[in-house]
Amino acid sequence: MSEATTVMPKKRLTTMAAKKRQEAVAGYLFMTPALIIFLVFLIIPIGAAIYLSLTDWNGITPVFDKGAFKFVGLDNYSDLLRGYHTDDAGEIVKATTRQKDFFIALKNTTYYVLGVVPTQTILALILAVILNQRWLKARGFFRTAFYFPSITSSVVISIIFMWMFTRGGLVNTTIQALFGGYDNSQFINWLDDPRGVLHILLEQFGVTRTSVGGWASNRVFGLTLWEWISGPSITMSTIMILNTWTTIGTMMVIFLAALQNIPGSVYEAAAIDGANAWQIFRRITVPLLRPTTFFVVTLGLIGCFQIFDQVYVISSGGPAKTTYTIAYMVYLNGFDRSAMGLAAATAILLFIIIFAFTLLQRTIVKERANI
Amino acid sequence: MATAQPLEAPVSAERRSPLAVAFTALGWTVLILFAALEIFPFVFTVANSFKCLPAVQSYPRSLIPTPPFGVECTYQEGEQAGASRSASETSGALTFNPTLEGYQEIFDENLPRWLVNTAFFAVAVTILRLGFDSLAGYALARLKFPGNRLLFFTILGTMMVPPIVLLIPRFIILKQLSMLNTYQGLIVPLAVDAFGIFLMKQFFESIPGEIEEAALVDGANRFVLFWRVVLPMATPALTALAIFSFQGTWNDFLMPLIILSGNQDLWTLPLGLSFLRGAYGETLRWHAFLAGSVITTLPLALIFFYFQRYFVEGISYSGLKG
Repeated sequence: MSEATTVMPKKRLTTMAAKKRQEAVAGYLFMTPALIIFLVFLIIPIGAAIYLSLTDWNGITPVFDKGAFKFVGLDNYSDLLRGYHTDDAGEIVKATTRQKDFFIALKNTTYYVLGVVPTQTILALILAVILNQRWLKARGFFRTAFYFPSITSSVVISIIFMWMFTRGGLVNTTIQALFGGYDNSQFINWLDDPRGVLHILLEQFGVTRTSVGGWASNRVFGLTLWEWISGPSITMSTIMILNTWTTIGTMMVIFLAALQNIPGSVYEAAAIDGANAWQIFRRITVPLLRPTTFFVVTLGLIGCFQIFDQVYVISSGGPAKTTYTIAYMVYLNGFDRSAMGLAAATAILLFIIIFAFTLLQRTIVKERANI
Repeated sequence: MATAQPLEAPVSAERRSPLAVAFTALGWTVLILFAALEIFPFVFTVANSFKCLPAVQSYPRSLIPTPPFGVECTYQEGEQAGASRSASETSGALTFNPTLEGYQEIFDENLPRWLVNTAFFAVAVTILRLGFDSLAGYALARLKFPGNRLLFFTILGTMMVPPIVLLIPRFIILKQLSMLNTYQGLIVPLAVDAFGIFLMKQFFESIPGEIEEAALVDGANRFVLFWRVVLPMATPALTALAIFSFQGTWNDFLMPLIILSGNQDLWTLPLGLSFLRGAYGETLRWHAFLAGSVITTLPLALIFFYFQRYFVEGISYSGLKG
């Protein structure tokens, strides 16, 4: 190109400029459909969500009507996080239910994430490592089997799991058939049992609310300490099993692709140096997979924090609010309880939580890498 | 490689210690166990969708269909006409007499309409995305214009925003545009997606640009060039994009729930099934529900088995680039 410009400077330059301009115009034209749709349905909504979270709009009065909503500053956030806000006259307005519901949802969602993300990541990694072994035959078959649930609709999977986990259903009767001593009266009521699994576990060791002493009744963010340590309810655990079951396949395929990218010479060198299988896995495979693990965990965190479909179909937040999740609260506040401003604030808080968790795990992964 | 193979085989055969054999056995056990756990729910779902309701409840584990086929779930004549047959009349512990009554029942619930709607939405969104995503991806990969990089990173950044945050404002905007409870209300907001643009951009950057440059020197119009020369080269990426878009739209629940709830004629399969669950309450008609689940899953299953390679490649591609 530089050669051409030196040969015939003047004329070439003008056509070059024209070409550049033409290219820029083409660039914008090519981008136009994407830009319009992104602007109207993505960029503006992000701004609108932030603004709405600062209002008391009910979601029913047309939004551009005069007096449809009032600008309330951070009141919605204050309600959710502190359980009250101060009105214009300086009076304190209590909103205990709003706070309690939000922190119940936060607690449930956190237990859900802490249960599902590590389980699905570790299981996916184990399955991928086995699938990557040289001796394995029928790799394609297993990959298909593991991946198939990922392509199925969340509603369909929820229906299938509801059916399998009904009290007298497939899961309970199969357990009964396989192991004796699990009779009908003991059947776990998977879909309708609000007891927390940690509470049940503690009870096995004789620890109950009354026996632990008075501290358990102290309230933090609207919930007693005893409520905070409940663990996920039985019903939430069922949804956790469901989601782990669904997503293992996707994660496994990602791990497998990364494993197949590790050159065989690395393993051979380690084997020549006398490393055993466990050392190879621990010292070579796991460190080399770190970027992939980061990606898989991030994907898991983002997906799990937004858990909604399964809750909507299976439990509608029940029993006893133990499957309230933050995403479900957004829906409930906005479209059921006619508090759109509050719903928007809940959604923004969810975004902040997801963002914070992603950053946190990023720093953890980085620190580990330095050792 | 060819020379290494014969050397390698005897060595590994020689080294097969009892421990290695045990590990191999353990590996197989874990794989088979998990494969069974992942697949059996579907097997049971298909089998039970062909049973009468009492059999679904009493014998969910029978898997072998035996004649008579097309058994009636209720007595047609005699004293008991109208009453349903007991579970043991149509099923045993291992075998069952298949019936289509579950499918009949779910078809009477307007399922054909949901099926058509879902297919229409999925096809429309997929076609629009193929066009718009590849146009934008091509511009970002190949064309120099001010703001190119900034736009790319903005688009990438929007992938971080959870759909639930966009839920309420999108609802309002669609309401203002009078697009709630319409076909276009669901299709237009989904007609472009950041992941698709990203995928196409990465692909265009990976193929050489000489052919396009040669055509440009010949004075070809940019758009004609894109349509005639660039797109045909992009078939693998377009296939992956089409599959992901189709699957995502087919299964989408949140957007249809917010946008289409008010118009029964526009419901999609996931939406229809979920509302049916609400309407049934505690007395769930499982045989019909499972039949609906099978119908919802079947088209995707066929696409999946046919295009499996692209699914797996696309997933691992996005994974490695992330």
